[in-house]
Amino acid sequence: MSDYNFAYLDEQTKRMIRRAILKGLAVPGYQVPFASREMPMPYGWGTGGVQVSAATLTPEDRFKVIDQGADDTTNAVSIRKFFERTAGVEVTEETEAATIIQTRHRIPEAPLSEDQILVYQVPIPEPLRFLEPRETETRKMHSLEEYGLMHVKLYEDISQHGAIATAYAYPVKVEGRYVMDPSPIPKFDNPKLADCPAIQLFGAGREQRIYALPPYSDVVSLDFEDHPFEASKADHPCDLCDARDSYLDEVITDDRGGRMFVCSDTDYCRTRQAQGHLGAQLAARQEGAA
Amino acid sequence: MYVAVKGGERAIDNAHAWLAEERRGDPAVPELSVAQIREQMALAVNRVMTEGSLYDPDLAALAIKQARGDLIEAIFLIRAYRTTLPRFGSSAPVKTAEMACERRISATFKDAPGGQVLGPTFDYTHRLLDFKLAAEGGTPAAPEGEARREATPHITGFLNREGLIQTEDESDETPPDLTREPMELPAARALRLQALTRGDEGFVLGLAYSTQRGYARNHAFVGELRIGSVAVEMEIPELGFAIEIGEITVTECESVNQFKGSKTEPPQFTRGYGLVFGQTERKAISMALVDRALRWKELGEDDQGAPAQDEEFVLMHCDNIQATGFLEHIKLPHYVDFQSELELVRKLRRAAGAEEVKEAAE
Repeated sequence: MSDYNFAYLDEQTKRMIRRAILKGLAVPGYQVPFASREMPMPYGWGTGGVQVSAATLTPEDRFKVIDQGADDTTNAVSIRKFFERTAGVEVTEETEAATIIQTRHRIPEAPLSEDQILVYQVPIPEPLRFLEPRETETRKMHSLEEYGLMHVKLYEDISQHGAIATAYAYPVKVEGRYVMDPSPIPKFDNPKLADCPAIQLFGAGREQRIYALPPYSDVVSLDFEDHPFEASKADHPCDLCDARDSYLDEVITDDRGGRMFVCSDTDYCRTRQAQGHLGAQLAARQEGAA
Repeated sequence: MYVAVKGGERAIDNAHAWLAEERRGDPAVPELSVAQIREQMALAVNRVMTEGSLYDPDLAALAIKQARGDLIEAIFLIRAYRTTLPRFGSSAPVKTAEMACERRISATFKDAPGGQVLGPTFDYTHRLLDFKLAAEGGTPAAPEGEARREATPHITGFLNREGLIQTEDESDETPPDLTREPMELPAARALRLQALTRGDEGFVLGLAYSTQRGYARNHAFVGELRIGSVAVEMEIPELGFAIEIGEITVTECESVNQFKGSKTEPPQFTRGYGLVFGQTERKAISMALVDRALRWKELGEDDQGAPAQDEEFVLMHCDNIQATGFLEHIKLPHYVDFQSELELVRKLRRAAGAEEVKEAAE
């Protein structure tokens, strides 16, 4: 891969992306249009995140990629491999050891620090898109701070279902100004967006948008006084590491209704197991083996 | 007992090895060469060059081979390669009026200077399977005529003389480039045309067809369709004048459309324009029809709410690389999102169930 520049993109393109990132950091939550390039992986598979990572990576960085919280999901493997080949950077699965973390659909469970950058892959950056399909309209709505439609939608949810029926990509308001799509993270992760010491960058390749949250940003999940926002997860401890505070995946284990719950953040789960925490199923198996 | 799914990396490597094997097919059958694809699958090569925005028949043929004949995949390979190429500059506008035409037809005039030249077309062939091709027999040479030396003038130029067709404003402005700048809406016509040239042939064809069936109907004649080679010239700053750097084959279509006039424009014919690489005439004609439909605003026509009139709808959805990427990404794992939906549906069902019990008790 010696034919390609460090981290694949040429320096001019990286410069263009960095300018968009800086603008995004200066106007938190605002979607900055950028001339997204065609990447050697398909649109919709993380090209926005990949371009943001390429523009922020330096040879000294340690890079981590997660998809659904896991380092070993196929697309995470593919993106990590891409940067190993084109940037030759060190890679890691440890959240705390990484300087740049590219993620799809999750925020790591371990708290992030000031010397880290979290890069989100974003499919549809526009939080108002499913209320108004036209970009020309939604841009106007943002500039006029016209967010009534979103509140009406949330209210209609409550009147129909008794609760806000949005489980992921739950909209937030940034620094009291822009309504922002946090990417399709479960709403369980929303509180971690706020007051985060790390820089959070959001890249949407196909839709040609970059937006950002500078460290310690004020990020509020939209709600009503009498229907406050609730970060929810499966009401269960992890069956492998017994964590009660982590987001869980439900895994079907047989065809008789058997299932178990495990941490979606594989690094968090492994770290806890190494510390000696034992979930119910792992304990049962060890007992069986003894 | 559940064991965390590992080994994504090995699975990917094995899948790719299997793909390579499938691509080759039965090794007892001779392998296709890139030159064979370039020469004998020329229309596929043309489509890949057009939608890939890169004029290079050899690379397009290679992409088709690598993509196992999946043209959208081949276009993707070309696009991804193209973005890595350095940009030396831009050419002068190609002069299609000076095209060495191998095909040139007009549906609006029986004859015109330059004549009607059918060229190598499927038109008027009877679509009967030719089993002789399966026997791989030789092809008899086609009869040859005298090549026309002088330039073939554009048909719309004749209409122009009488003021019967709307004139286009000439401009030396550098057209915008959506591969370098984010798409901004509303888009100038040059940007729309670029997007349509790169757009998916099937999508643009479907939209054009919809205008023929009444969704923003604007009866179109093929004023002219011409296919042939044009010189590409580039101004070299050190020289101070333009020199020819090569030749490309293009298909150009100008449609002539009925127009009864509007509040702002007198009754006259109007135009749609299509320009694509190689012989790709279905695409060129489709593009001209969609271009015309998108011009309703500048001509003071009514917005009929038809899809082909809707600039944002057309431009944001015509790119098959964007479309296929986003469509196929739903194959990626979504279990985190699905889990949160599961929790939500369970919660809503619990709430609904409690409500029913309460009502029954009352």
